[in-house]
Amino acid sequence: MISGRRSAAGRALTEPPLVRRALIGASLVFLGAFLFLPLLAVFVFALQNGVGAYLAALVEPDALAAIRLTLITAVIVVPVNVLFGLAAAWAIARFNFFGKNLLITIIDLPFSVSPVVSGLVYVLLFGLQGALGPWLQAHDIKIIFALPGIVLATIFVTSPFVARELLPLMQAQGTAEEEAALTLGANGRQTFLRVSLPKIKWGLFYGIVLCNARAMGEFGAVSVVSGHVRGLTTTIPLHVEILYNEYQFAAAFAVASLLTFLAVATIIVKTMVEARSRTGS
Amino acid sequence: MTPRRFLRDLLIVVLAAAAVLTTARAAHVTLLNVSYDPTRELYQEYNVAFARRWKEKTGDAVTIQQSHGGSSKQARSVIDGLEADVVTLALAFDIDAIAERAQLLPRNWQTRLPHNASPYTSTIIFLVRKGNPKNIRDWGDLARPGVSVITPNPKTSGAARWNYLAAWGYALRQPGGDETKAREFIARLYGNVPVLDSGARGATTTFVERGIGDVLINWENEVLLGTRELGQGKFEAVVPPASILCEPTVSVVDRFAKKHNTLAVAQAYLEYLYSEEGQTIAAKHFYRPTLPAVAEKFAGQFPKVELFTLADIAGDWQKANRTHFADGGVFDQIYLPGR
Repeated sequence: MISGRRSAAGRALTEPPLVRRALIGASLVFLGAFLFLPLLAVFVFALQNGVGAYLAALVEPDALAAIRLTLITAVIVVPVNVLFGLAAAWAIARFNFFGKNLLITIIDLPFSVSPVVSGLVYVLLFGLQGALGPWLQAHDIKIIFALPGIVLATIFVTSPFVARELLPLMQAQGTAEEEAALTLGANGRQTFLRVSLPKIKWGLFYGIVLCNARAMGEFGAVSVVSGHVRGLTTTIPLHVEILYNEYQFAAAFAVASLLTFLAVATIIVKTMVEARSRTGS
Repeated sequence: MTPRRFLRDLLIVVLAAAAVLTTARAAHVTLLNVSYDPTRELYQEYNVAFARRWKEKTGDAVTIQQSHGGSSKQARSVIDGLEADVVTLALAFDIDAIAERAQLLPRNWQTRLPHNASPYTSTIIFLVRKGNPKNIRDWGDLARPGVSVITPNPKTSGAARWNYLAAWGYALRQPGGDETKAREFIARLYGNVPVLDSGARGATTTFVERGIGDVLINWENEVLLGTRELGQGKFEAVVPPASILCEPTVSVVDRFAKKHNTLAVAQAYLEYLYSEEGQTIAAKHFYRPTLPAVAEKFAGQFPKVELFTLADIAGDWQKANRTHFADGGVFDQIYLPGR
C-alpha cells in the first residue's frame, strides 16, 4: 500500500519519458553544436597541413617565446593569487570586521569589469603619460609593454578565482575543529597545516586550476598592456591572433590547440576533484 | 612537499626563468620597429636583409623586433611608453602625434629622410568578389544603393583615413564638384558600410573570411597580396581610374633610440629602405618604390592609376584631421551607425 503510493508520487514527480528524452536530446544537441564541434574544429584546422606542420608551428621560436612568457606569467600569478585568496577567504569566513561586505564586493569586482578596462587602468597608471610614467622612465623601470605589466593585468583579472572557491567552503565548515586543535595545544601554524589546510585542500586545488587556466588564456587585459612585440611580449592567445592576422590559419589553430588542451585538462581535473571530495576528504 | 619548500622551489624556478630571459636578450643589439598592420610580410623579409647588410658593414649582429597593429593604436602605444627605436606607420599624422603629445622626436622629423620620410608609397583600390557581380568600376559605384562596402573605421585606422580621403578627392574632382557635393557623396558611401572594423587587416578578414560586403576598399598592397594569398580565383582587384597617393612614413624615435644607444643603427635601418635592395623588397610586397630604377623594373606589377595627393584635396594632415576626423568633424556628421 505504502510502497505503491510512494511510487505513484515518484511517477508524478518525474516527467513522462517523451519529455525526458526531448530534454536530454536538446541539451546534447546544444552541447554538441556549440561546444564540441567548435573544439573539434580547432584540431581539424590545426592538422589540415599534416602533423609535421602542426609540430613546426609549436616549436617555431616566436611560438616557444609565447609559451615561455605564458608559463612565466602563470608561475608568478597563481601563487600570488593563492596567498591573496587564502588570506581573503580566511578573513571573511573567520572574522567579523568593519567593511567585510565591502571586501566581498571588491573581490568580485574583476569579474564585472571588462578586461579592456583592467588593462587600461595600468596604462593610465604606468604609461609614459600616466601618473607614475615619467618617474618610471627616469629610473628605467619598465612596467607596461613588458613582463611586469602583463603579470599585473593577469593578477587583476584572475584575483577572484581562489577566494571565490574557498569562501563558501570555509563559511560552511565553521571553526569548531580549529578551536579543538588550539584547545589541545597546537600552535597557529600547526593548526593551519594539519587541520585547516586538509579541510579545504580540494577547493583550493580547484581554485588554482581555474586561476591557472584563466591566467594562461587571458586575452583582453593582456592585449592592452602587451605592446604586441613578437617573440617578446606576446602570450599564447596574442600569438594566436598574430598568426591569424598573417593568414597562417593552420599555425594559428595549432597554437590555439594548446589552449584547448589546457581547457580539456582543466575539465578532467575538475571532475576528478569533485569525485575525490565526494568520496571522502 | 611542505608549503615552505614549495615556495622556495617556486622562487628558484622564477629566478632561473628570469635569468634565461635576460641573458638571451643581452648578447646583441636589438631594434624595436613599431609598425602598422599590412607591413608584416614586408618587414619580415626586410629585417633579414638589413641584418645581413649591417653584419657585413660593421660586424655587429642586430635583431629587429616587430610590433604590428592599427596605425593610430600603435602610435598611442609609443606615446604611452612602448619603447620603439623606429616607427614605420601608415600616415604622417600618427608620427606627428608622437612628436606632439610625448615629445619623443623633433617636430621636423619628416625633413630628415628623402621624400618627406616616406620610402615607399601606395594607393587605395578595390577588392570585389569573383566576376564583379555588382559591376564596380569607380568610386561613384560605391555610393550606389544596394552596394555593401567594407572599410575600416577612420577614427582608429590609417588605411581607413586614406580610403575616406580618396573618396572625398574623387567627389571634389568631379566636374562641378565642391565641398557640399563631396559631403553628400561621402554620406551616401558610408551609408553603404554595414560594419567598421578597427584596422585594415580586420576589414580584410571581414570581407574575405566572413563573406560580408560586395567591395572592400583597401591598400593596393593589401589587395594585391590578398588576391595572391587568399583563395585565388575567388576575388579580383578593381582599380579605379584615379585614387590618392598614400605616403606611409618612417622615423627614428630619438628619445628611445638614444636611451637604448641604438641611434646609429636605427638611422641606418631606415636609410637602407631607400637603397636598391630595400626598394626591391618593398616592391615585391606590392609597395610602390620611390627609387626610379626599381620603380621601372616593377612598373608592370602596378596598375596605372591617376594619383592625386593629400595636399590637392585636403591640405595637410592637421587640417584634414580637424575638418574630417576630429570629434564633431565631417565623418561624425555624416556617419550614423545603425541607420
